[in-house]
Order: sequence, then structure tokens, then C-alpha cells
Amino acid sequence: MKIAVCVSHVPDTATKIVIGSDGKSIDPNGVTYIINPYDEFAVEEALKTKEKLGEGSEVVIISMGKEANKETIRKALAMGADQGVLLKEEVQRDPVGVAKALYGEIKAQGAELVFFGKQSVDFDNSITGQLTAEMLGYNCVSVVVDLKIEGTKITAEREIEGGREVVETSLPCVITAQKGLNEPRYASLKGIMAAKKKVIEEKPAAPAQTAVEIIKMKKPALKQPGRIIGTDKSAVPELVRLLKEEAKVI
Amino acid sequence: MANKILTFLEQRNGILKKSSLETAKEAAEAAKKLNYEVEAVSVGSTIEDLESLGKYGIGKVTFFKSEALANYSSSAYAEVVANYAKETDAEILFFSNTSMGKDLAPLVCIKIGAGILMDCVSLEVSSGQITATRPVFAGKALVEARITSQKKVFTLRPNVFNIGSLEDKKAELTVKNVENPNLSSKVVEVKKSEGKLDVAEAEIIVSGGRGLKAPENFHLVEELAEVLGGAVGASRAVVDAGWRPHSEQVGQTGKTVSPNLYVAVGISGAIQHLAGMSSSKYIVAINKDKDAPIFGIADYGIAGDIFEVLPALTEEIKKIKA
Ligand SMILES: Cc1cc2nc3c(=O)[nH]c(=O)nc-3n(C[C@H](O)[C@H](O)[C@H](O)COP(=O)(O)OP(=O)(O)OC[C@H]3O[C@@H](n4cnc5c(N)ncnc54)[C@H](O)[C@@H]3O)c2cc1C
Ligand SMILES: Nc1ncnc2c1ncn2[C@@H]1O[C@H](COP(=O)(O)O)[C@@H](O)[C@H]1O
Repeated sequence: MKIAVCVSHVPDTATKIVIGSDGKSIDPNGVTYIINPYDEFAVEEALKTKEKLGEGSEVVIISMGKEANKETIRKALAMGADQGVLLKEEVQRDPVGVAKALYGEIKAQGAELVFFGKQSVDFDNSITGQLTAEMLGYNCVSVVVDLKIEGTKITAEREIEGGREVVETSLPCVITAQKGLNEPRYASLKGIMAAKKKVIEEKPAAPAQTAVEIIKMKKPALKQPGRIIGTDKSAVPELVRLLKEEAKVI
Repeated sequence: MANKILTFLEQRNGILKKSSLETAKEAAEAAKKLNYEVEAVSVGSTIEDLESLGKYGIGKVTFFKSEALANYSSSAYAEVVANYAKETDAEILFFSNTSMGKDLAPLVCIKIGAGILMDCVSLEVSSGQITATRPVFAGKALVEARITSQKKVFTLRPNVFNIGSLEDKKAELTVKNVENPNLSSKVVEVKKSEGKLDVAEAEIIVSGGRGLKAPENFHLVEELAEVLGGAVGASRAVVDAGWRPHSEQVGQTGKTVSPNLYVAVGISGAIQHLAGMSSSKYIVAINKDKDAPIFGIADYGIAGDIFEVLPALTEEIKKIKA
């Protein structure tokens, strides 16, 4: 079986965000980019599934974006994926536009099981997997923390408020990975060397019309730092009074 | 035919989610300003009194009913909602940005050929258009954006939009049976995490970090959460250490929360933690290091020792609640 994993290339979560001169995007200067943390769970689950299925299955990594996304694709190849595809696009797309590009490639690859991260930690949309699944006409389970595949039958647990939902569905299917699904492996030295030799296929991303116009990007209003009321338990009554009378939250 | 906003009402066990009421009210307000019609749609097997939606400015509610749809089914719910949106020619759809909303809205979006904006924290209507503000980069920046396609889907962050004043009206309710729902994907069981309140839905959260020193000290956090009627949260450091479940983690790789009160106990305030809770209405920090970054966003702080301050705080609150 062909298994696809879609990965995004995002600013490190420790990055201080500076708004770019266009006022609509971030200033990329000095920003370190990494593989989207949730996509590591997606890659790991794909590799685990491949290992279980054995002979004849393959994992292909797909990313849409700039040349630099190859670093993230290579990271996934170093973990053990077989093949990488970069769908080249210079501009930031809205999620439907991203999904459109991914959909075309997944279809061309004939992948019946597709992993995404539950959320890309740049624009935090949390929907690219679901959008792509619907375009493909595949089943979809998002925010998955436990996955079992037997033949074409899928049992997945997804995280919801205050618990989990156990979902039954079948292939072809899109799964979006949440932390807790697995422990992503580290790339071995051998894997890193092998990944360097693998060719990343490159092609233009299928065009898409944008449905979202960004008017501006801004920093949130800074919260006024509050008061330190005291340094020991003698400050407790005053704190409780403030919460009750000033904040009115208790 | 007048243009229309359709707002989705989420139920679990037949009980409407509070976030759906916030979203419904916001849909009604937007419709008023746009001069659109507004109606609501819900799916399930039973539901409490939907006529009360009138209070939130919704004149018409349609409930799609089937025994098979008591629990969520992405395939069936998406089909039912998208078909109804097409049938009523709704131009704009609203969902809450809950785990169901985040799953369902994008599926419906593709079925009706819409553009989509997720997790909006404010909506402004001017010259016949909705401009939405949404956090990006885990709240380190905000984006103002508009949907340019004809059909539009918005999801609204829970616990951010104020319900405000209610009207003394009743909604007109229509119940429609769903024949042969598409169950290609369906929830067969819901596992509750010990009947505890989830951080994503709590109005008060008490979160603990590495400053608690050991997992067995978390009872101090649990006790304060209990007297406040709140949920227990955690920093990633203590989740990774296995002291607390991941479902309690607040932050960039955990949950984004915006409760009325967030109490951070022994949490330094790393940027990834702040990302998940900085939109809380009031923040209290208890940390023995007066230079900890958490004090930079806290409204009130005590720069002292948890083991002394926390039990005293719990006692004091017990007193005023008694
Ligand atoms: C990709 C990525 C994603 C991340 N996502 C998240 C996330 O979602 N959520 C998250 O929380 N973190 C996240 N982190 C981790 C984050 O960077 C911090 O490491 C983490 O938040 C620290 O947890 P902490 O505040 O509990 O621990 P520490 O930073 O160790 O802070 C402990 C605090 O306790 C105080 N303290 C100690 N003893 C006492 C005492 N007796 N009384 C009072 N105070 C005391 C100390 O002064 C200190 O400030 C992420 C990191 C990365 C790289
Ligand atoms: N440009 C991209 N290329 C490939 N996959 C992507 C891209 N953007 C998002 N994804 C995938 O979609 C998931 C959810 O992203 P989002 O909907 O943007 O939060 C990510 O975790 C990735 O798996």
C-alpha cells in the first residue's frame, strides 16, 4: 500500500514573531524553520504502519511550499520514509488552496492512507487534513491519539473535550495526528546519510484560487503587567479580595 | 430570496453546548448588520428545548433526527449540514471552534465550495462584509482577514464572544428524520476522562508546573481547582514527565484556553505555555521567582512558595464560599 504523509515547514515554536514590512506576513529574518511538531507523529505512524504491513508498502512525503521545505522533507526521509515530493509554491495559500495542491498529488500517487498533523503551528488552521480528505472523497478522522488498522477496517480514537471518541471507519482514509499517538523516532546516522542520497521530486503546485484575503497582521495588544501583591501567605487575603471585588471572577 | 446565515448547534447527549449559544448569538448579530436571514441547524437523536434559541435572536431551527446519529459521525453530519445549506441557499455558515466544529466545518466547506476562516476571536461587519480576526503563531500575532468566495464558513473560538442580553422570543422548530444516514465514519463509543471538567471548557483553570516538585504534590492544585469549581491544567514539563495526562496540557502543543480565571502555579511562563493561555481574562501567578516571565502577563501575583501559599489560598476561598 502507498502511504502518504503531508508535512509543513514552520517557524520554531520558540520564535519571536516580528511582523514583516508588508504588514501581512511575518519577517522571516532570523527565523529558524522546523518540521511541524505534529507532523513528526504523522511520519512516525506512517512508518509504523509500513513496518506492520511489510513488503510492498511505501511512504511518500509531500510538502507544498518553497525550496526550503526540502529540509523538512529530508528530515522525514531520514526517519525512514521512501520518497519525497515538493510541490513548489512561493506564496502563502489559504488552507483550501493548500489542500487542493496536496489532493492532486495524493491522487496521482494513489495513496489510500494519508497522514497529516492535526495542526500546523504557523497559521493554526487545524483543517488541511479534513479539507483534503473531503476533496479525495476519503474518510477522515482528526486529532487521533490511537490507531488500529486491520485489513481495510480502521478504529481510531480522537481527542475531544473531556475525553475521547472511538471512531470506526475504513480505507481509504485520512488521519490527522495528535501528540500521544506515538513517540517519533530519531533519525539514525545511517538514515540521515541515506536521506541525503534520496532525490526529492519537484513540481509546481497545482494552481488554486484564493478564497481568503489577509488584510493585515498585527501583534496582540500587550497585556499590562499586573501587580505582585506579596511574597508569602500574608498576601492571600488581599489576592482573594481582588479576585472577588476587582476582577469579579470568584 | 434573502441571503442567509446558517449556524450549527452542537449537542452531546442531547445537551446543547454553551459555545453553540455564543456562536448562534454572534450569527444573529452579524445577520442583523448584514440584513441577512439567520437560522440554526442541529443533528442528533434527542435534544433539549431548541425553541429557546429565540432568546439568542434565532427565528428558525431545524433538527435532523436519527437514532443512529446520537453520537457524532463526520460523514453523516457533514452530509446533512451541507445538504441543508444547499437547500436553503445559505451563503454563510457559522460553527464553534470545538473538536466537533473543527472536524465538521472543513468537510462542509468543501461540499458547498466555500472559503473558510477558523478560530475567529472577533468579527466586524462593515459595508456588507465580515472581517474576522484570528490568532496565528499560537497567539503571537493576529490576522485580520476576509473570505472572498461567495460561500463562507467561519468557526468561532469558544468562551470569547459575549452572549449579552437575551430576547424574549421563541424559535420555530422543525424536526426532520434522517433516512439512511451515511455512516461510513462513526463514533461507536465515547470515553470520558473520569468525569472531570476539561480545560478547554472550563471557566476557571488552575494549572501546575514543575514548581510542584513531584506528582504527589498535585493534590494542592486539585484542591484549589475543586473549591473554585474549575479544571486542572498542566505545563508541558509535567506532562512530559508523566505526572499529568496530555489532555491537561495548556500551550502551543496542548490546548488553547481562554477562561475567566487562570491560576498558574509553579509555572515559569515559557513562550509556548503563554501561547495557550494568554487570552485568559484574569491571570494569577504563584511562583517563588519574582522574575519569572509568567508575572509579565499575570494580573495578580504572589512571588512566594507554593507549599505555603497554595494551601492558604484554598482555605481562604473555602471561607468565602462557605
Ligand atoms: C515545540 C515545543 C512545544 C512546547 N509546547 C508547550 C506547551 O504546549 N505547553 C507548555 O507548558 N510548554 C510547552 N513547551 C515547553 C516550554 O518551553 C517549557 O519548557 C515548559 O512550559 C516549562 O514548564 P514549567 O513552567 O512547568 O517548568 P519550569 O520552566 O521548570 O518552571 C518551574 C517554575 O516553578 C517555580 N518554582 C519552583 N519551585 C517553586 C516553589 N516551591 N514555589 C513556587 N514556585 C516554584 C520556578 O521558579 C519556575 O519558574 C514546548 C516546548 C517546545 C520546544
Ligand atoms: N504546505 C503544506 N504542505 C504539506 N502539508 C501541509 C501544508 N500545510 C499544512 N499541511 C498539513 O496539514 C496539517 C494541518 O495544517 P493546518 O490545517 O494548516 O493547521 C499539517 O500538520 C500538515 O500535515
